[in-house]
Amino acid sequence: MSELTLSKALGSGLRRALADDDRVVLMGEDIGTLGGVFRVTDGLQAEFGTDRVMDMPLAESGIIGMAVGLAFRGFRPVVEIQFDGFIYPGFDQIVAQVAKLHARTGGKVRMPLTIRVPYGGGIGAVEHHSESPEAYFAHTAGLRVVTCATPQDAHTMIRQAIACDDPVLFFEPKRRYWTKGEVDEGYDFPLGKARVAREGTDVTLLTYGPLVPTALDAAVAASDEGISIEVVDLRSLSPVDYETVEASVRKTGRVVITHEAAEFGGMGAELAAAITDRCFFHLEAAPERVAGFDIPYPPARLEEHFLPDLDRMLDAVDRVLGRTNSLTGWTA
Amino acid sequence: MSTTLTARTTLDPVQLIDPHGVRQGDEHYDPLVADITDARLTALYEDMVIVRRIDTEATALQRQGELGLWPPLLGQEAAQVGSARALRADDFVFSSYRENGVAYCRVVELVDLARAWRGTAASGWDPFSVNMATPAVIIGAQTLHATGYAVGCVKDGVDSVSVAYFGDGATSQGDVNEAMVFAASFHAPVVFFCQNNQWAISEPVGLQAVRPIADRAPGFGIPSVRVDGNDVLAVTAVTREAVERARSGGGPSFIEAVTYRMGPHTTSDDPTRYVDPLQREEWAGRDPLARLEAYLGLSESEQQRIAARADEAAHKFRTACTSLVDPEPLSLFDHVYATPHSGLARQRSRYAAYLEGFES
Repeated sequence: MSELTLSKALGSGLRRALADDDRVVLMGEDIGTLGGVFRVTDGLQAEFGTDRVMDMPLAESGIIGMAVGLAFRGFRPVVEIQFDGFIYPGFDQIVAQVAKLHARTGGKVRMPLTIRVPYGGGIGAVEHHSESPEAYFAHTAGLRVVTCATPQDAHTMIRQAIACDDPVLFFEPKRRYWTKGEVDEGYDFPLGKARVAREGTDVTLLTYGPLVPTALDAAVAASDEGISIEVVDLRSLSPVDYETVEASVRKTGRVVITHEAAEFGGMGAELAAAITDRCFFHLEAAPERVAGFDIPYPPARLEEHFLPDLDRMLDAVDRVLGRTNSLTGWTA
Repeated sequence: MSTTLTARTTLDPVQLIDPHGVRQGDEHYDPLVADITDARLTALYEDMVIVRRIDTEATALQRQGELGLWPPLLGQEAAQVGSARALRADDFVFSSYRENGVAYCRVVELVDLARAWRGTAASGWDPFSVNMATPAVIIGAQTLHATGYAVGCVKDGVDSVSVAYFGDGATSQGDVNEAMVFAASFHAPVVFFCQNNQWAISEPVGLQAVRPIADRAPGFGIPSVRVDGNDVLAVTAVTREAVERARSGGGPSFIEAVTYRMGPHTTSDDPTRYVDPLQREEWAGRDPLARLEAYLGLSESEQQRIAARADEAAHKFRTACTSLVDPEPLSLFDHVYATPHSGLARQRSRYAAYLEGFES
């Protein structure tokens, strides 16, 4: 056990993966001598050499496409996309090649790529540095999409993703890179298994990635008013661990789903539909969503209005509980 | 010939047998094909006849409703056979969808050429059984795969090389340009083999390139050559040179095989809307098979033997194609993931239950 930042926990997971399997190669922009712009790969090139930790030319489609070729050759490429908004030039290779080659070839060609994507806002950044594009990939058959919220999960899940024979989009909550937590290298769980981050009985607050700590804060605040919130950290967006989700919703009968990504067609829409389908007779209220607005990611000075925060989460909690809230007003 | 539609050429394509079947001496390239006797040239000719015959049969099958679509390679036989025959079995090919001649040379089963076009499978064969990936339909995407594979060969310490096949249209794609950047930076043992067949569906090559395509590669730090793509001997020579360069640590090469797509883009296309008949007529005079017939002066019995073999291959192709059976409905869900995916497993079981409802 050691206390690590989420960034360091990822780095230690990558180090273990490189040490355990000589077919693992890291590819990305500035991941070598610089150690990545978030320092996740700090020291790895010095330790494993330029053959295993490769600085790449600045072309995301090129990086992903080259990783596909390496996978054809039996390698396990781990690609770092520098920022969420930079993944779009590589979108075609991801959805048209990485996702589909295994199916296209009747299982003959495996694509055990891990594509790491720092995502989400809250860091006061400029355009293209704060986006949450996870739904595009969760919508694409053939990809697995996961995201971590704690240093422990970051360490465990990056190793799981690399070991997985399917391509994995690995979303890293960039505003939580410097969160510290205990990391046990021996800790493990099945890839895709959701986590009940806090137990509760009144409302299920369903979230993932950067909003998990916010949801936990909301649960603490709600408890002061006597409301018991269960926080479920999905960890995996494709597939979704509905076993854990259903168990929670059946217990509470009320669910609020929250993510930074835009609401329309987002993970929340899928989750609300699936929960309604699976838990209809256990629901006491319609599922509520607290998400980013359907707008381009705003300038930094406005992002606090865009990002779901504790108050907006609790407002939705009030709605599913039928308490007075921003929509019904105090006179309702 | 229309002079406005095609790119002006500033590089003379390498040519060892001219359209009239006359051998052209070339100090540099002759030694590279010194071992290709008339007997071996006849074998290449036979390959091309068979490939053309299968291609013709496939078009007929499409017209008869047995294939959904077919992308004919008519006119490009020399570019494909000449280059593919210059490779070793352990080299790896990444192609587009028109390289049926290359696939034939990689010993892809004939029936496997038809599976995707008949709609019984997403692709035709196990890439690792013939060291050729199944076709990439997204234009130019495969050039990056070839580059990555080549880098992997170096990492593995083997002297296999990879070859990326693509067309003139693909050279406008970002992926192809990125592939050249990456290949140069990593000194990858990859051969970029561009079949400039003058057309990207209806768009003339002049829209993709205002200078010869081969001119671009040196800007990326990649040596390039233009070759008469309808001259199987010249194509073999330049491909051998590029492959040897890659194999011996010399890095990537770029070949522009100048040829002509004599047929439609696919069987769904109508080239009469955009092809200048005079231009096509001129290219018909540069036919890759006709020039070898003139050069080799094959006897009638030899010609008949080859034609009989081609007919036999076409017959086998047709029979196998029409014998392909539709896959089971639930195979829809197979191989989407290599490891179990709970969401898909649920969809599969629900659809299975739905289908069972029709049986009871």
